[in-house]
Order: sequence, then structure tokens, then C-alpha cells
Amino acid sequence: MNKISAQFKDKKPLVTYISGGDPSLELTEKLIYRLQDEGVDIIELGIPFSDPLADGPVIQEASQRALKGGTTLKKLIAKVNQIQDKVEVPLVLMGYYNSVLNYGEEKFARELAEAGISGVIIPDLPVDEKAELSKYLAEYGVSQIMLVTPNTSEKRLEEITAKSSGFLYCVAHLGTTGDDQQGVYPKLESYLDRVRKTAGELPLGLGFGIDGPEKVKQIIDYPDGIIIGSALIKAIQAGNTEAEMLANAGDFVSSIKKAINEEI
Amino acid sequence: MSRGYFEDFGGRFVPETLMPALDELEEVYLEMKEDPDFINELKSLLADYSGRPTSLYYAEQLTRHYGGAKIYLKREDLNHTGAHKINNTLGQILLAKKMGKKRIIAETGAGQHGVATATVAARFNLDCEIYMGAEDIERQALNVYKMEMLGAEVIPVTSGTQTLKDATNEAIRDWVTNVEDTHYIIGSVVGPHPYPEMVRDFQRIIGDETKKQIKEKEGRLPDYILACVGGGSNAMGIFYPFVEDQEVNLIGIEASGKGIESGEHAATLSAGRVGVLHGSKSYLLQDDDGQVIPAYSISAGLDYPGVGPEHSYLKSIKRVDYQSATDLEAVAAFKLLSEKEGIIPALESSHALSYLEKLAPKLGEDQIIVVNLSGRGDKDINNFKKIREAEKDE
Repeated sequence: MNKISAQFKDKKPLVTYISGGDPSLELTEKLIYRLQDEGVDIIELGIPFSDPLADGPVIQEASQRALKGGTTLKKLIAKVNQIQDKVEVPLVLMGYYNSVLNYGEEKFARELAEAGISGVIIPDLPVDEKAELSKYLAEYGVSQIMLVTPNTSEKRLEEITAKSSGFLYCVAHLGTTGDDQQGVYPKLESYLDRVRKTAGELPLGLGFGIDGPEKVKQIIDYPDGIIIGSALIKAIQAGNTEAEMLANAGDFVSSIKKAINEEI
Repeated sequence: MSRGYFEDFGGRFVPETLMPALDELEEVYLEMKEDPDFINELKSLLADYSGRPTSLYYAEQLTRHYGGAKIYLKREDLNHTGAHKINNTLGQILLAKKMGKKRIIAETGAGQHGVATATVAARFNLDCEIYMGAEDIERQALNVYKMEMLGAEVIPVTSGTQTLKDATNEAIRDWVTNVEDTHYIIGSVVGPHPYPEMVRDFQRIIGDETKKQIKEKEGRLPDYILACVGGGSNAMGIFYPFVEDQEVNLIGIEASGKGIESGEHAATLSAGRVGVLHGSKSYLLQDDDGQVIPAYSISAGLDYPGVGPEHSYLKSIKRVDYQSATDLEAVAAFKLLSEKEGIIPALESSHALSYLEKLAPKLGEDQIIVVNLSGRGDKDINNFKKIREAEKDE
């Protein structure tokens, strides 16, 4: 069984996102260990990019801090490769297509596999776009997690679910990451029901705008797992020292895990 | 060929949320393109509201100055709002009405596209918000006042480099969030399909008119056409109807700022590599890690690190020759046209004009050059004053 979809067996996994190298790859490494110790089931690492157009301010700033600290895609992959034996949860890289295109699509897929990375999410690479990436990811056994949105048509839903592996990333609302202004998602149940009909066995992960335990309690019944990024980064950033940052990450995750478990 | 590609360039590299809007836009556009009512409405707006056709002016003094080829100027500066940008915004606002959208957003660099968008939004009574880099707001204060006067809200963008690239990111983020009731009027031949093709089609009137006018005046096609290239809409507009006319040499002039070797420039086609920015695959200024490098030019309308995908295609098949001009060359051309012809050009257009010095004297009197004078220079006067003062200090 796919290492990512295995995490959806018998539980509703918590997927968390942090920006790789924010503000250093050393802290990213420590955060990875902390997150997995606290029970995070899948960890997404953002590839820092100068123009992250699907992201709201929190992840934009995280990306900028990482770039300022000198993180590159090459260094990020090398870091993961170096620590792979200590990481038990599946790791997923999330980033923009220009980073991949510039790196070389075949090389990217191959080096990810060598580094033990289980999946990839590229929000600006739609299913029908001319790209070689899917072919290489399949060749090297790396999952390509694709995104659907509440306004995705049936026809596209079929194409996307056919190509997505690991899980299907269901964007909760129309907007960028970290946008919690819209409150409770309208029609979440019918949206996910509709997606599930097409997705079949592919697990549904819900993300964008899940900002804390209260929101988790409201929505946890519908998806198979949840994805949290901006809210976690905000919690980490509230710390003044590295120790505080790690402690904040731990506290935040345990509050979310608690909310998930209470509701199930 | 996949949909929306010019061979290897173009595409739709945007978040999934935008797919239905791009499909709808493409569908409505293709339908309206053939619709006689739409065509007539646009035609009459271009004529009576914007003042088209713009003239093709024989620049006798400039011709005498260089002592070579005959120089004509396509006077896009005479359009309502002072630049070619309105050709596109009039077309897109009619599409927005057709699609029942209630709100218009746009990005702007120099402010020309912002003004052209605010203008048509006022005329058609739609809410309008313009994203503009905080640095550009400073550089182009006059256009900010104009947009506000026209009832638009100008939203300062403080992320990234605070210029056109970041204003475009913010406009796309807004569109992702408000896609159901909002139309995004992109100002150049950039962005995801169908924008590059659609904006080109709205701008091709520049080239169509030029072709007719030069035949009337000279009985033949020109030997050279020059246009400046930032995103590339005025250049695509004048080049496109001549692409099949092999005897017409097409030259696009990018901004090389302080010189390509200085690293401070906006010469994407001359010094960039293929990448993906703002939804399409094209040449891009980027570093080894694929991070977009901020562009620099004295002209706010040209300092964009990307370029329209069709230009990348025209470069790849060698149909268009892409050259570049520095800040200093553009400023010299700005002064020269003002003094010789009594026409103050935009600093953007001055880049195209500056190439005359290299080209015109080499050619015989029987040769013809057309320069696309894409906009007027009122907006640059303050900037120019600063340059003069800096020159005096040296």
C-alpha cells in the first residue's frame, strides 16, 4: 500500500505544512522530529519560492524567510536525504512548478525518491497541462497529490482523481492558504460528497483556512484527513526562541489531535 | 498542440480554482469574437470614445536628423488615456459585462493600464480595484490620482519587490478568492490562456491600421517596425498583422536598464531562461534556484521579469529580432523626440525610439521604419525632472 494513503487507514490523519528552511534547515529538521513525536501523520515541506501565488501572507512570509536564510530546493532535498532514516512519517514536498522545471523534472523525481520523499503537491500545475513531471513521479514511485476546489467541474474531477495518488487535496474554499476570513465553509458536506463519488477509494484531505481546534471540530466529520499550514506557522512564529518555537509547534499539534480524537 | 500554446510557450499554470473562470472567459471570448453586435459595439467605442484610428505620422524632422530611412510614428499616444492600453480594456470590459461580472480588478506598473481599466470601469459602472506596487505608487503619483478620480480603489502592494510582478501576484490571489463575481483585466499579453491570445487580438488593431495607413501613404509595407517590449502588448499588437509578411523586419526592444552586464535590467528575452510565472511558460529572469529576479528599468511599464509567451515563440522561430536599450539611451530619445517633433513620448516608447539611432542612419532614403509610439510622456515628466537634476549634479 502507498505509504501516504496507508496513513488514512483506521484514522483521520493530521497533515501539517511548514516552509522548508524557515528560517533555517536546521530548525526545519528539529520541527520535523517534533511534529512526528506529537503525532502528526504526514508532513508537508514547502519549497520556498519568490512568487507563491496560491499562498496567503503567512506562507508568503515564511517563504521569504527561508529564501533570506539561503535555502534552495537543492539544499532542501539534500537535508531530507540526510535525515531520512530518522523520519518515520511520510514527507511530501509542496511547491511551485517553476522550481521543478528549473531543477529538471526527471532529476527532481529521482532525487526525491532517493531522499525517501513520498509525495509532491504542485498547486500551479493543473492536471491537463503539458508537463513531464507526472510521468517521472510515477516512474520513481513518488505520489502526485493533486488539488480540487469547490468549483471544479465533474469532468475535471474525473481527470484529477484518476491522476492523483496518496490522497486528494480538497481545497476548502475559494481563496489562498491561511484565509480564515470566510468562517465556516459553505456547503462543505455536499462538496465532499460530490468529490467522494468520483474519487472512490482515494482518501480526501481537506485544507485551506483550518485555523484551530474549534474549526477542526466543526469540519472533521466530512473529510478523511485534514491539512494545516498557516495556523501552525503562526503558532511557531509566536515563539521568541527556538525552544519556544518547538514547544509552540508541539502544543498546537496536540490541541489539534485532541480535537480530532474527541470528535471521532 | 495543447490548448493555449504557441508551440512550447504559454499554457495555464494557475491554481485549480481559476480553471472554471478561464474556461468561461475563453468560451465567451471565442463566441463574441464572431458576434457582429459585439464587434460593432467595440468598434464604435474605439472610434468615438478612444479616438481611433490613431494617425500614422511622418516624422520629417526626426527623419532629417538621422539622415537615413523615412520614419513614421504610429500615434498610440493619441488614444484616450494616453496609451494603447485602452484597446484591450475596452474589449475586456465588454466581455466582463457579457459574463455578468460585478467587479473588475487589474494590476498596473506605470499606471497606464490601471488608468485605462479605471476609465472603462467608470464608463460601464463596475466596481474597480487596482493593485499597484508601493514603489510604483511613489514613482507614478499622477496616475494614482487619475485612478482615484475615476472612482477606482488603488491597493498598494507591499509584498516582494513592490512592483508590477508583485501587483500581478496580488491580483491573481484576489481573483482566486473572488472569482465568482470578479473579472481580472490583465494588461498585457501575459498570464494564463486565453489572456495572451485575447489581449493580442484586442491590440492587433494597431498593426491592422498601420498596414492600411502605410499602404495609403507609401503604397507598400514598411521595411522595419520597432516596438518596446515589457510584457509585450503594444509590440504584439503592431507586429501580429505583419508576422506573415516576411519582407517586414520586426524588432522588439527590451529595457536593459543600467546595462545587461550590471544585472539591473528588464531584458527578459535577451538575458532570461524559460520558466513559468503568472500562469504561462515563457522567458523569465530567474536565478539558479528558479527564484524570479526583480527586473529594473527607469520605465515602470517595462520593469517586468517575464514576457508574453508569443514573444518567446517569435524569438524561437527567429521571426522577431529582440534588442535592448538602456535607461540613458531611452532618456536621450525622450529628449530628442520632444525637441525635434514636439511630441513627448512615454519612457517605455522611448526605448523603441532609441533604436532609431542604430538603425535609421544605416538605411537609405527609400527605406521605411515605423515606430510604435505606444504612449505619451506626461506621466514621466517628474521622473525626467529628477534625471535632469541628477545630471546637473554630476
